[in-house]
Parts: sequence; structure tokens; C-alpha cells
Amino acid sequence: MIKKELCKIISQKEIANDIFQLTVEANLVNEIKAPGQFVHIRVDKSFDPLLRRPISISSVDKGNSQFTMIYRREGKGTSLLAEKGQGMQLDILGPLGNGFPVNELSPGETALLVGGGIGVPPLYELSIQLIAKGVRVIHVLGFQTQSAVFYEKEFLDYGETYITTVDGSYGKKGFVTDIIKNLEFDCLYTCGPTPMLKAIEKEYSDRKLFLSLEERMGCGIGACFACVCKSSEDPSGVSYKKVCSDGPVFRAGEVLI
Amino acid sequence: MSRLNIELPGLKLKNPIMPASGCFGFGKEYSQFYDLSKLGAIMIKATTVEPRFGNPTPRVAETSAGMLNAIGLQNPGLEKVISSELPWLSQFDVPIIANVAGSVEEDYIEVARSISKAPNVHALELNISCPNVKTGGIAFGTIPEVAQQLTRRVKEVSEVPVYVKLSPNVTNIVEMAKAVEAGGADGLTMINTLVGMRLDLKTGKPILANNTGGLSGPAIKPVALRMIYEVSQAVTIPVIGMGGIESAEDVIEFFYAGASAVAVGTANFVDPFVCPTIIDELPLLLNQLGYEHISECRGRSWKEHGELAYHRA
Repeated sequence: MIKKELCKIISQKEIANDIFQLTVEANLVNEIKAPGQFVHIRVDKSFDPLLRRPISISSVDKGNSQFTMIYRREGKGTSLLAEKGQGMQLDILGPLGNGFPVNELSPGETALLVGGGIGVPPLYELSIQLIAKGVRVIHVLGFQTQSAVFYEKEFLDYGETYITTVDGSYGKKGFVTDIIKNLEFDCLYTCGPTPMLKAIEKEYSDRKLFLSLEERMGCGIGACFACVCKSSEDPSGVSYKKVCSDGPVFRAGEVLI
Repeated sequence: MSRLNIELPGLKLKNPIMPASGCFGFGKEYSQFYDLSKLGAIMIKATTVEPRFGNPTPRVAETSAGMLNAIGLQNPGLEKVISSELPWLSQFDVPIIANVAGSVEEDYIEVARSISKAPNVHALELNISCPNVKTGGIAFGTIPEVAQQLTRRVKEVSEVPVYVKLSPNVTNIVEMAKAVEAGGADGLTMINTLVGMRLDLKTGKPILANNTGGLSGPAIKPVALRMIYEVSQAVTIPVIGMGGIESAEDVIEFFYAGASAVAVGTANFVDPFVCPTIIDELPLLLNQLGYEHISECRGRSWKEHGELAYHRA
């Protein structure tokens, strides 16, 4: 169930250039069903910005009623969010959307988790939950440049981790797709920029593949029809899926990316 | 005794608060947050004869205190709205105002004729002001003679009262209001969004795939108030006011300007509970302001403080 709650900030820190890790205490943590779900944050009581900001959940700690988000400071909203400190309150709506299915794999099978930039965070909780199920996990994480890299050590704790940077300043130079082609896996989960998702879907559409999409959102709950995409089976017709409430995670071939 | 109930053509409202069309879908998403029977009415998403996918994305952009949208009248089409959405809504004790849209006059007539027969549809809202579709929509809402003719023809087929939704994107909104009143409109709803745009700083490209979109939210409230203030003095039919309402205080301000009821739009996207919150807060605000019933506030600004200066001139 979706809750609207004033949540207390437990901690916030910049973990890479313009990348922030934010942990809050919230009862709505008990409503979180799957990795890949997100929350909608009202960063300020004023009308600027007016709408909420959709932010990925990166890890969940139900025992302490806390969850952690990671976001990039980019525009007005996230800049205001980055200024919030410990003890302050945040108006959060969530959890929203449908996350990654973790039951697609049996113990002993291998999951390949591929993240690009600010699409990396939801894969962290996914990795934790897959490992808990006895699934082997490999991570391939792509970033623009060294200063944007985050969570390498955290992912390494759960499995093999490959880092790529576009400019070659850290890890392997190039794109995540250069690494994936040499890896064996039973299921691929991915989240990141649309060109990356397109490239992965094109290459692995015959495999078990789940993609998390991003789109500009209004309400986050499926009412405003801002974040719709076309269904694959009806590309020129009127069928649609809403990224916020039908997604953000879709099975490959479900929607047109 | 209720202090908020309002009677308008076709509508017995428990309170004057209703979600605005396009900002509430067909109610399902919001029913997970509260009992929709609490609302005065519901203005459902615009319905066209055939299903519509709408515009490409991005469909929303933001600006200070406002939001631009170019959804493009996405909806499941008349048949599905009548067979599925309206019956689902009938579980709630709340009158429905059906927003009717189209590309040509015949579209409006067909939707109006069928949808006005639905038992829970108590009024129609004629959408002649959507700025985001290439044909129809706003084209009917900027020429007084065209709007009047359309109103007249829809009135002939509708089994329930017809409210006409006015566009602020006109030179003289009073003229438009009078034209549709003469065409037989039972009421007015105003204002629809103002046409605007945002550009990407890096590329110079419009942020919206449709290039332009409709501006809504608190940014447009003063425009809505001014237009309602003018129109409500010039016509005898009631006005349902909308444009940036997000608090009980805003509701009273719209009543002062001359509205008889109000709709809440964009604020639903920010706070899904905004309508029930406003409904709960209104009686307290009436106490503070010394009113027994909300209808006493209607038109206070011009009743107590005279007409617009240029109207007197």
C-alpha cells in the first residue's frame, strides 16, 4: 500500500561527485515489496519545484524501519534535497511501482545485474535479495568518469563486480555492453539510461531480461498519464503502460523502449 | 446542517470540492487513498469517441509554481468509459461530471449523447479548451460563434446539464462566456490551462515533445481569479472555478471572485489527499471568517467592492 509520510532523515552524504546517499526512518518501509520500487519526494513546502521527485530505493532495513536512496544532484529539486541534513523531515509518498522479480531464479543460478550511472542504486537491494536466495550475482556497472563511480566496494561484497567508465579514467574504458558479451548468466536485470537499455534489449531479447525504465513523471501513481510508453504488441495503436505504476520494471518485449 | 452543500444545475454537491478533469484519471488511483464518496463531485478524464494514445513523451515539464503538460487527451474511448469506468465509479456516492472532447462537432455530439445517459453522470463538461491536440479542443474555444454553435448542438442531445470549459487563451473571455451562455450552457468551468513552453538549456530544444503545453498549478491562480471575477459578473449561469487551487484559503478566494464551486487539479499530483484535506479544513476557515455557509462567500469581491474599474468606464 502507498503511504504519504513525514520521514526523519537519519543521514545524508555525498558518496561521489554529485551523488548523494540519503537514509530515512519511515513506517512505509514495511510496504516495500521488491527491489526497484521508488518513492516520490516533495523536497520543499514551497511551490518551486511544484512536483515531487521520483527517487530510487537502494537498500531496505525493515528491522530498523529505515531505507536508503541514492540520487544525483542535477536540477532545482535534487539540489534542494541535497541540502537537507540529519534530523530534518521529508514528505515522502511511496513505495511506488513494481520492482524486479527476484523469484525468476533458483538457487545456484546466475543473475547478471547491469547498471548505468544513476540507474545503479536499485540493483544494490536486488543483489542483496538475490544472494539471500542463494543466487550467484555478477555486477557490471557503467559510469561516465572516475569521480562518478560509487558503491564499488558495496557491490563487491556480494559478488564479482566490473566497472566501466566512458572516458577510461577508472575500470575498463567503454560501455557495459563490452563486458556483458563475455559473461554467462541465466537472467539479466538492468537499470540505466535509455540508450543502454535499448542496446541490451536488442542484444538479449531472447534471454530472461528485466529492464527498469525512466521517464518524466507527474503524479507517480498512474493518474496523470505523463509517463506512458507503448506496448510492444501494439506499436502503432493505443495500448500503453505507465512507467510509474505498471513499471518501472518491465520484462523485455513488454514495452517499446 | 451542512455548511458546504451547494446546488447547481444537475448537481447536488455535498461540498463544492471536486477533482478537475485530467488530474484524477477515472478515480481508481485515488480510491486507494480515501473514500471517493467524500468528494463533492468528480470531473473524469476527457472522453473521445475512439481511444486515444495521446502525445509522445516527455509530456510534462515544470516551471516555478507550475507544471506544463501535453498529454494529448489520452483516454480509453467512449465505449470503454461507459462499459467499465463509469460502472466502477457507481460504487461511490458521488456525482460524475463527464468531460467531453473531440476533433469535429460530430465527435462531441456522439460522446455527449451516449455518456449523458449513464446513471451516475449528472452533468457534462464540454472541453473546448484543450491546448494539446492538433484538431478540435481549443479550436472550438477561441471563436465565440463556433463555441456557441457547438454548445447548442450538444445541448440538443444531452440528457443532463452542460457546463462549458473555457480557455484562458483568448483576448476576451467575457465574450466567450456570453456566447456559450446564449448557446444554452447551464454553467461554466474555468479556466483550462494557459499555453506555454520550456526550453532545454543545453540543446535549446523544447522540453515537451509536443513543443508547447498547458500551464497549470499555483502560477495561474491570479489569472483564473481575474477571469472568474469578470465572467461571473457578466453571466447568470454558475461558474465552477479552477486554476492552481491547493488550499481551503484558495477555495474561499475563488468564491469571493464569483465561483459557485471549485475544482482542484494539479495539486492532486503533489498531494493525493489534497481534496479531502481541503474539505476538512473549510468549516474551520468559515468559522474564522465568520460565515455560516460557504455560499455566503460567493461574489463578495464584486458585491462589496464594486465592479472592475474598466467595466465602469
